[in-house]
Formats: sequence, C-alpha cells, structure tokens
Amino acid sequence: MEIVIQPEQWLRSLAGGLLIGFSAVLLLGINGRIAGISSILAGILPSARVMSEWSWRAMFIVGLILGGAVFALLWPGALQHTLQTGWTGMALAGLIVGFGTRMGSGCTSGHGVCGIARTSRRSIVATITFMACGMLTVFIVHHVL
Amino acid sequence: MTLRKSLSALLCGLLFGIGLSLGGMTDPAKVVAFLDLAGHWDPSLAFVMGGALLLTTPAFRWLLRLKRPMFEERFVLPTKQDLDFNLLAGSALFGIGWGITGLCPGPAIVALATGVPQFFVFVAAMIAGMWLSDRVTLLQTRRQMMRAGLPSASNLSGS
Repeated sequence: MEIVIQPEQWLRSLAGGLLIGFSAVLLLGINGRIAGISSILAGILPSARVMSEWSWRAMFIVGLILGGAVFALLWPGALQHTLQTGWTGMALAGLIVGFGTRMGSGCTSGHGVCGIARTSRRSIVATITFMACGMLTVFIVHHVL
Repeated sequence: MTLRKSLSALLCGLLFGIGLSLGGMTDPAKVVAFLDLAGHWDPSLAFVMGGALLLTTPAFRWLLRLKRPMFEERFVLPTKQDLDFNLLAGSALFGIGWGITGLCPGPAIVALATGVPQFFVFVAAMIAGMWLSDRVTLLQTRRQMMRAGLPSASNLSGS
C-alpha cells in the first residue's frame, strides 16, 4: 500500500464535507428530516407509499443537480468525472446500488453521515459493511481480475 | 406552509450538491482510489465524511433535544433498531455496486449536471433497482400479513 499525500485535496474534501454536514443539520433543524439521498429519491417514485412527502423530496433532488451545475459554473473543469466502467457496468451496478440501498435502508449519506451522527447501531454496521464490500470489490476488479 | 418546506429542501439539496462536488465524491476515479487500499490509496474522501460528521454529530445531538424542528410538528427519524438480514445484505450489494462504478446515489444524481450520458444510464438503472426492491418488500409484507391473517380468518369462519 502506498498512501497518496495531497494536503490541498484533503482541505478541499474537508470543506466539501463541512458543507454536506451543514446541509444535513439544516434539513433536520428546519424540516425535521434525515438527509438520506436513497430514501429521498425512492420517496418520489410511483412506488412510494407516502405522497405527502413528495414535494420537499423532489425539491431536494432538484437542488442536488443544481448544486452540481452551480459548482461547474463557478469552477469550470473542476467537476471531474473519470468513469470506471462501460455502459453495461453502469447499468448493472446502478441496478445493484438502487436495490441494495433500499434493501439496506440507506446509503453513504443516510447511514454514513446522519445515522452515525445519531450513533445508530444499524447505521454503523451498514457503513462498515458497504465500505468493506466496496474495498473488496475494488481489490477484486483492480488487482485480481 | 408547504412552500417554505420545499424551498428549504431546495436550499439543502443545493448545499449538499455543492458539498459533494467540492469534496470530490462526484469523481468515480477518486472514490475508487479511496477504496483501493492495495494500490495507491488516496485518503482524501475520508475527510468528506469526517468533515460532515464533525458538524452533524454535535448538532444532531443538540437539535434532537429540542421539542420540534422549525417548520414541522416533529422530527421524523428511522424507527428500526435491529440488525437484520436486509440491512447487511442490502449494504453489501450497495458496496459491490459502489466499488464497480465509484458511484453512490447522491454523487450520481449530482453528476447528471455534467450531461455525461453514462451517468443517466446509472441513475435510471438505480431508480429501477429501487423500485424493484420496494416491490419485493411490499410483496414480502403482504405475504407476512396473509400468513398472520389467514389462521384467524379461518377461526372466524369456523366459529
């Protein structure tokens, strides 16, 4: 293992993380809701059971895309995106990510940021599980296959 | 009432999206470099989760001691407590997909702003997967209710 040391990247990531945390604190303090992206997205699909929650969820998702657009406008070229797999990989993995996050009641935001902050036992276990499986998958794809 | 809740959600989404972009979560190469312990490990993204938790951990503790949030009657929090099969299997599946693509749900949605068609394929497939999973859960719940309901129903008809 070699560790990539880029302190200016770490600061940038820290700033991004603080912004994410600030957003999650605002959403809980103002609307009383958890900023878990997979639950918010699934909540605007036709399969969602509670329709009274539709509008704030839809607006949050619109805000996410706008956030990416605003960032790309403010810092042209900074929204880098080096794809790791082809069309088929994107489609299959997308399906797995969607299925898995619903089955496991959350993703990196809901479990990793909000759940751990509430010291939820389920979220701590979920975060360790998806991190470990992500690392194992990267090991297999990049060092074994 | 609904308008201010929607507008605050829009603002939160916007900040969240800028945070994910600034943090580097929207670059699949960076995510894979973070997960690649055996290669050139790039720990940058640990600072994203660390930075977020630095705020959420004390602030959530303080907020949840309040009676209610600003625009709502009450806080809406997850209720499940037990570590079940679905939590572990679902998180494991998610981890596999995350490792293959370097994309988790939030950054994938934010990356739609780049206009790169592969991200649209990923998000469409992710939505299909969510829908499928919710259908399975619904069918499971129905079957459980049927099982629980049938004996009592037959008792009723017998008496």
